[in-house]
Amino acid sequence: MGKFALVSLAVGLATSSSVMAATQIEWWHAMGGANGEKVDEIAATFNAAQDDYEVKPVFKGNYTETMTSAIAAFRAKQQPALVQVFEVGTASMMAAEGAIYPVYQLMQDTDQAFDQDDYLSAVTGYYTDNNGNMLSLPFNSSTPVLYYNKEQFEQAGVSVPRTWQELGDVAQTLVENGVECGFTTAWQSWIQLENFSARHDLPFASKANGFAGLDTELQFNSPAQVAHIEQMRAWQQDGVFSYGGRRSDSASKFYSQECAMHMESSAGYAGVKRNADFDFGVAQLPYNDELIDTPQNTIIGGASLWVLQGKSEAEYEAVAAFLSFLSQADVQADWHQFSGYLPITEAAYELTAEQGFYEANPGTDVAVKQMTAVTPTEHSKGLRLGNFVQIRDIINEELEAVWAGDKTAQVALDAAVERGNALLRKFEKAND
Amino acid sequence: MSVYFPQKWLPYGLLLPQLLVTAVFFLWPAGQAVEQAFYQEDAFGLSRDFVGLDNFIALFQSAEYFAALGTTLVFSVSVAGLGLVLALLLAVMADRVLRAAMVYQTLLIWPYAVAPALAGVLWWVLFDPSIGPLALALQTLGVDWNHYLNGDQAMLLVVIAATWKQISYNFLFFLAGLQAIPRSLIEAAAIDGAGPAKRFFDIVLPLLSPTTFFLLVVNVVYAFFDTFAVIDATTQGGPGQSTTTMVYKVYKDGFVGLDLGSSAAQSVVLMVVVGLMTIIQFRYIERKVQY
Amino acid sequence: MIEHRPGLTFVSHLILWLGIVVVALPVWVALVASTHPANAFAAGAVPLWFGDQALANWQQVLLGKDGDMSQLLRMTLNSLVMALGITFGKIAISLLSAYAIVFFRFPFRGAAFWMIFFTLMLPVEVRIVPTYQVVANLDLLNSYTGLTLPLIASATATFLFRQCFMSIPSELVEAARIDGAGPLRFFCDILLPMSRTQIAALFVILFIYGWNQYLWPLIVTTDDAYYTLVMSIKRLLSVDNGEIEWNQVMVTTLLAMLPPVLVVISMQKLFVKGLVDAEK
Repeated sequence: MGKFALVSLAVGLATSSSVMAATQIEWWHAMGGANGEKVDEIAATFNAAQDDYEVKPVFKGNYTETMTSAIAAFRAKQQPALVQVFEVGTASMMAAEGAIYPVYQLMQDTDQAFDQDDYLSAVTGYYTDNNGNMLSLPFNSSTPVLYYNKEQFEQAGVSVPRTWQELGDVAQTLVENGVECGFTTAWQSWIQLENFSARHDLPFASKANGFAGLDTELQFNSPAQVAHIEQMRAWQQDGVFSYGGRRSDSASKFYSQECAMHMESSAGYAGVKRNADFDFGVAQLPYNDELIDTPQNTIIGGASLWVLQGKSEAEYEAVAAFLSFLSQADVQADWHQFSGYLPITEAAYELTAEQGFYEANPGTDVAVKQMTAVTPTEHSKGLRLGNFVQIRDIINEELEAVWAGDKTAQVALDAAVERGNALLRKFEKAND
Repeated sequence: MSVYFPQKWLPYGLLLPQLLVTAVFFLWPAGQAVEQAFYQEDAFGLSRDFVGLDNFIALFQSAEYFAALGTTLVFSVSVAGLGLVLALLLAVMADRVLRAAMVYQTLLIWPYAVAPALAGVLWWVLFDPSIGPLALALQTLGVDWNHYLNGDQAMLLVVIAATWKQISYNFLFFLAGLQAIPRSLIEAAAIDGAGPAKRFFDIVLPLLSPTTFFLLVVNVVYAFFDTFAVIDATTQGGPGQSTTTMVYKVYKDGFVGLDLGSSAAQSVVLMVVVGLMTIIQFRYIERKVQY
Repeated sequence: MIEHRPGLTFVSHLILWLGIVVVALPVWVALVASTHPANAFAAGAVPLWFGDQALANWQQVLLGKDGDMSQLLRMTLNSLVMALGITFGKIAISLLSAYAIVFFRFPFRGAAFWMIFFTLMLPVEVRIVPTYQVVANLDLLNSYTGLTLPLIASATATFLFRQCFMSIPSELVEAARIDGAGPLRFFCDILLPMSRTQIAALFVILFIYGWNQYLWPLIVTTDDAYYTLVMSIKRLLSVDNGEIEWNQVMVTTLLAMLPPVLVVISMQKLFVKGLVDAEK
């Protein structure tokens, strides 16, 4: 009740403050549903808290539609000051030096208090340049974790797997105990190749996964990744693993208790909580202990906020003030708890813990721990690959051929690397 | 038509509004798309290099592009064929039971009002291998339905979803066409002893040919161009590339992947292909159509 | 009925009912899902019979979170403006151009026809970036003109009118000329009434086309004063990781379907009756 009153007050104040000619900036975003309403609420709170600036959130469709809208708008000089771009669009944004205003520079130019050390480097690392400067502000980030059906686990008498070897055994036992399939995965490229590589400190691509130069080449067809995909192929054929689609379509296999485990984004927690009619647990993504003793952090997915060029000084001051506001511990903690996305600052994480959120919602801190347990290496910081949307599609296509039994892992990954490299060269040529 | 009005300038005036709108909102942007096909450019338009025919060469050297061409043919023929045949069947049946035809028509035509993307979502739900009622029914019957892995099933799914939207439209036109056929003609044939099947193939079908031709063009255009929302909502072109049609590829490479040069080159190829197809349709098929 | 064949008639009814079941199935699922809680969709099998949440779900969508219907009304109004703008704009320019192409002979007639016909070949979605640029250059972003005009540039309607005009017997034109009727009178007094069925058909087709647009309005507007109903469904679907409120999506889907379905169903009578009349 109090929250609602506050929002309507905020909205009321926002409307009245605009009369005083506050500097207005547009924030194009891709948040639908409940998160979209939260975005409106965050902007309204910011607008109500001061009189100088007004942020106007504009929903622009899904990630693709939002990014393409912003680019079309930039080409026509109609761009917003702030736009939310998904992580696979990072290289395109970063390469467009004349189009973006790096966040660290914006903060400097506008004299905002801004200390990069306040942020969780495992989250912000994805969006920094090679010198560690933040180019965009992470807004909604998540990382893959393992959801499991506690009831099915109990019935089969198995415990939560830590490693891939254990996961194979557990899944096998589950299937022998009448569960239809052991595990399934969402976002196969992100979880089974990009994160698999990061977790084992293996390069996904050369030149520090593309951070060190546009002349990067894909390297995910090395023996470790091939062996992993080959193992999954065998599991798919035995029914231990069951492929359920490119996006998070596989969730229905988990919700309907067809599969006992689901590898999915940590931000899917609310969805699991709502749809799972059974007790579930959250565990860290498994690793292969023959490849690494202490697993590396996983990498993030989600989106970050980019500032675009071509706006006035006053508008940039508004953007900077808003980004500072977004980084505040209370705002971050609220967003993190509401949406299930990772907090971007240390302070927000601590505040959330203090507020007792993790105790009340067991499993919600698994992702943060998995991200922050170790210092990220150049292979687990993130990926900076041009044309990455299409490369992911190629990976999807090739992996599907593996699951269907049409190709071996080696053949498919070699093909994916070759086709992906062609796109990387194209991107290099277009952006040199 | 052999008699015309003699005015010299009036036709230009009549054409002006459409030509203006076409020029400004179609030819101008489409022209830019054609120009784009000869350049390699970053998404933001900050730097562009003239690359001549490179984009086209890359296209014709990629096996994926030819795979998309094949997929498009299978998809379009299936959607147009299935849509026309089913709609004609239903229309002929509705025409037979004339008194109830209105009721049936009312019950059959509303899917046409559903937005393509939503139609895709609804069919995606119905055929989801884990929760979809149709997929579960098929599995009970012993069909191992999993369109996430089986390319043929995925193709079937997009064909069904795309056809579903179009059946009502075809039905409406066919039924109107059937009802416009003079009863006397059919009665005369019946008196001559022609059975329903013979009457259908000898009289009804030829008389329906203008309608059929119109619907054929509309359906092919629909299958070619207006179905990527359906594909995007159901299979996203997968598994593998088994449901990636040419237009879906343009959409994915250009709108999603921001590879403007390649997607522009693909658009140009599409325009040429469809242009040729249209000429063939007009030159050869339309002549055989009875008016 | 020409002859009485009860067996065949029964089969006809059977096939029609089968057709109706298949056609209605997805919408049935939508209707059923709109009466269940949001999670009924993903856990287990999709329900095929009604649940008990109908009132709550519909109330939530109809009245909004704060019992305020104005947002829904505005979206409906925008959808209506857009659909009708596209419909009337396109019918008007297509009638004129098809008339010119069929009933006149003039230099560049073929070229004009092909130029118009060409527009069938590239949907807005494929040429969206350059089209956006044109609309922005003309300062038409965030306007109903910008929303509708680019979508009017398509040949479907011209193509249909051309087909229809071509089937008009030349004797009619000749008679009109002998009576001293000029081209404009011929157009208004003879052609328009004769094509009213095609106009009705196109009204249905174009209204639905306009009503169901979402990508274009999403791209050219930044002001939620221009929000349409179909866009709001898109917004409900644009959610990561399976948190889609399926019940609300389905309620909104059904709501958004209602006006075009009403148009289809109410216009069908005019459409079919007109054709039968014309035959007499």
